[in-house]
Amino acid sequence: MAVTDTQPTPPPGIAAPAALAKRGRLRWLVVAIPYVWMLLLFLVPFFIVVKISFSTTAIALPPYTPVFDLSGGLSGIWDSVKEFTFDNYVFLTEDSLYWRSYLTSLRIAFVSTVLILIVAYPIAYGMARARKEWRPSLLMLVILPFWTSFLIRVYAWIGILKQEGLLNQFLLWLGVIDKPLVIMSTDWAVYIGIVYSYLPFMILPLYAALEKMDETLLEAAADLGCPPIQAFWKITFPLSLPGVVAGCFLVFIPVVGEFVIPDLLGGSNTIMIGRTLWNEFFNNRDWPVASAVAVILLLILVIPIVYFQNQQQKEAEKAR
Amino acid sequence: MAAKAIGPVRRSFAPWNDPNAKPFIEFRNVTKTFGDFTAVDDLSLGIYEREFFALLGPSGCGKTTLMRMVAGFEEPTRGHVLLDGQDLVGIPPYRRPTNMMFQSYALFPHMSVWENIAFGLKQDGMPKADIVARVDEMLTLVKLEQFAKRKPHQLSGGQRQRVALARSLAKKPKVLLLDEPLGALDKKLREETQFELTDLQMRLGMTFLIVTHDQEEAMTVADRIAVMDRGKIIQIATPAEIYEQPNSRYVADFIGDINLLEGRLSSVGAGGAKLECVGTGATVDVAQDVSARVGDQAWFAIRPEKVTISLTPPADPNVNAVSGEVWDIGYLGDVSIYHVRLATGATVKSTITNTTRLVERPITWEDKVWLSWTRDGGVVLTR
Amino acid sequence: MRRGPSWFNVTSITLGFAFLYIPIIILVIYSFNESKLVTVWAGFSTKWYVSMLSNQSLLDAAWVTVRIALLTATLATILGTLAALTLVRYGRFHGRTLFSGMVYAPLVMPDVITGLSLLLLFVAIGFDRGFWTVVIAHVTFTMCFVTVVVQSRLVTFDMSLEEAALDLGATPAKTFFAVTLPLILPGVVAGWMLAFTLSLDDLVIASFTTGPGATTLPMKIYSQVRLGVTPEINAVCTVLIAIVTTGVLIASIVTKRREVERQRAERLAIQG
Repeated sequence: MAVTDTQPTPPPGIAAPAALAKRGRLRWLVVAIPYVWMLLLFLVPFFIVVKISFSTTAIALPPYTPVFDLSGGLSGIWDSVKEFTFDNYVFLTEDSLYWRSYLTSLRIAFVSTVLILIVAYPIAYGMARARKEWRPSLLMLVILPFWTSFLIRVYAWIGILKQEGLLNQFLLWLGVIDKPLVIMSTDWAVYIGIVYSYLPFMILPLYAALEKMDETLLEAAADLGCPPIQAFWKITFPLSLPGVVAGCFLVFIPVVGEFVIPDLLGGSNTIMIGRTLWNEFFNNRDWPVASAVAVILLLILVIPIVYFQNQQQKEAEKAR
Repeated sequence: MAAKAIGPVRRSFAPWNDPNAKPFIEFRNVTKTFGDFTAVDDLSLGIYEREFFALLGPSGCGKTTLMRMVAGFEEPTRGHVLLDGQDLVGIPPYRRPTNMMFQSYALFPHMSVWENIAFGLKQDGMPKADIVARVDEMLTLVKLEQFAKRKPHQLSGGQRQRVALARSLAKKPKVLLLDEPLGALDKKLREETQFELTDLQMRLGMTFLIVTHDQEEAMTVADRIAVMDRGKIIQIATPAEIYEQPNSRYVADFIGDINLLEGRLSSVGAGGAKLECVGTGATVDVAQDVSARVGDQAWFAIRPEKVTISLTPPADPNVNAVSGEVWDIGYLGDVSIYHVRLATGATVKSTITNTTRLVERPITWEDKVWLSWTRDGGVVLTR
Repeated sequence: MRRGPSWFNVTSITLGFAFLYIPIIILVIYSFNESKLVTVWAGFSTKWYVSMLSNQSLLDAAWVTVRIALLTATLATILGTLAALTLVRYGRFHGRTLFSGMVYAPLVMPDVITGLSLLLLFVAIGFDRGFWTVVIAHVTFTMCFVTVVVQSRLVTFDMSLEEAALDLGATPAKTFFAVTLPLILPGVVAGWMLAFTLSLDDLVIASFTTGPGATTLPMKIYSQVRLGVTPEINAVCTVLIAIVTTGVLIASIVTKRREVERQRAERLAIQG
């Protein structure tokens, strides 16, 4: 989406004048080190996950067969491949726990993304329209909680949301309710935890999009007869869409695989897929099934992830 | 200063000379302050219907603030702004019958050229068919028919400028406000567009108010110019008057190139005055009614092209003449500017049109020369 | 239209920040609670800090975590900066799409997937799990954040400065250290701090990739939290929050002061 792009786009194929990049060996090294690192530690592991998802559980170390034995040469590998099985995937479809986990995760991620957008937009808008000298401080205040531990921030809510927690104490004292609300260990607690933890991820891209918006556009709209609220929907909101999209992806994708929040705040029936995978791995020690769960999760997320990374790349190209 | 037209008037349109004409836009004792900064200082001004009026001045002189008060983006701190007899104060910009062409054009980047032009019409709730007709008319007017579907970032600077113009004209505003409309264009395109603008204004018969810091632009397009400085208007007059009869050193210096010689008045009277110049050591004789007393400080202002340069003293005893030495020559192609240093050390500039392809200049560096001008060549300024 | 702070904007910012900060403030307050119950205030006490300091396994975990975070941040900053240089400077090369994909994808990749896949890699190649596997895992997921931060600094970098250095006879390596690095340093430092806190913070990836003797603080906190809320955890959290907040505040004040000084110098220079 090139909607904010007011600059004429440079013709394709013209790279930045890369002074340092012209030298051969140095250039090669600069590219190669991070490239090889990511290849070996980010990409290759996925293939291993895929491979193990086709393996069989075994009471051994590592707890699965076949184990690739490179000493057997190509034929050895081929023998191993022949042992591959789809049993784990079949198992996932048979037990409703798994597909329910996926659906719950997607539902919770979707609802919380919408909630976060609704909460974050007015904050980001207020920040972007605040006086210029205040903006860095406001930005700082949004980022600061993000620097403090995720785990701590989730933990902080336990004391608030518990049956005898501070929120219930407060509401009882106000007289809004006469018996404590059950929030802890429900989906509500999970939503609150997610909205709280992921809020900065939505505010920041929204703020970036809103802040760089040229305010004379709103003057132009007013000049052409458009009252402020209409101008928001016709000008401001469409122009902040790249921020909305980026924020939604930054929130939605990790939330689908979220483990800590449903585990600490959710109840036994808030089974999100991250939690299922964790249990499968740590409690059941069923590595092949855990891998299969991960592969399916990845397949679900691959489209949004690829879309997200394309967006990021486009934004980066545009900034050049 | 008497509004005496000098040189050919561009057309007979001059409602400001008609005592019965009512101003179309009127500023009445308008003051605008931002904190302790006074942007516009107790200013009154009338602009007439169908006039092309320019507000000219350096940045920070209050010209943009003045225009934005017509558009409704600023409200006066004190005073009134009237349009067609109606007080505009308190009316939000989206209810005012004015439209503005922004310096940055402020084209909506997420809308096509067509949608940009249609934006204001849709706000008015115009029937769809009429919108289509009007947008097409506007596209034809600015010659952008083939570009209707493009987004602003797919257009050149000149094309964007024309979209902005079409968008602000589409609603047929009572007044079109132009905020430095040509500032982003290169020189050649700017000159072309200036003429297109005047042409358009005459054809549409609309009132245009332009803000600019470019004196050439103001001279080219405007019927009248208001030269502003620090929130006040220094002079309002036609371009020719501003150029030939500036009322102050500020205006004389702001518009074009000028020689300013300081002196004291030695005689004033009907149809003539004499000034003893400090710089030239000579007496300058001017054909002008000067409303000042003998002995007052004054300045003689003369444009370089009105100073004649020669190797021999002028034969006519009625012209003013001083002698000096050629200090420097600036060759600009069409003209050459001679910087002549007088005996007292002051420098006077004289422009000569290069009418032939000179191989050797008849007058060159270090030549002893005479500078001369007629009695009505320059003006005496008292402020 | 000079719009002052409208009531809508002020309200939304105030409510937003209240939401962001009240839980943290409550957490800090209750770390000084006399009572063992986190939700009932029974008077001021620092006893939970004392008990935290005498909890040896907690201190061990904290020490492991800090060492991991320091190593992670440093390695991730080097790799991330190189990756940012690659993405910003090297235009198009074979495999660029794959590379940028590998850089951006971890930003949103669920931790459980990253953790599981790295663990399976370590098992497959027979690498003993422990301190180093956690470091490697952390470098892998934090370097992408460093890349994004440094990249945003690099795109605003005036390329002619480098060309000037090369023109004046500096070798490419010398140019990088003498011209490029000092100018992108704020981004690099911010990237380092981000990587440090992300590593400090991580529970999921560390849980997958750790081994005996390398229990990190988040893992310790997590296991205690699962058993129930105690003021001692509040105390630990408060200390962590204090450290991170101080660090971030100092960094931002230093940056701000530099900026102010630069602006003052510029003003003086203009005035002559």
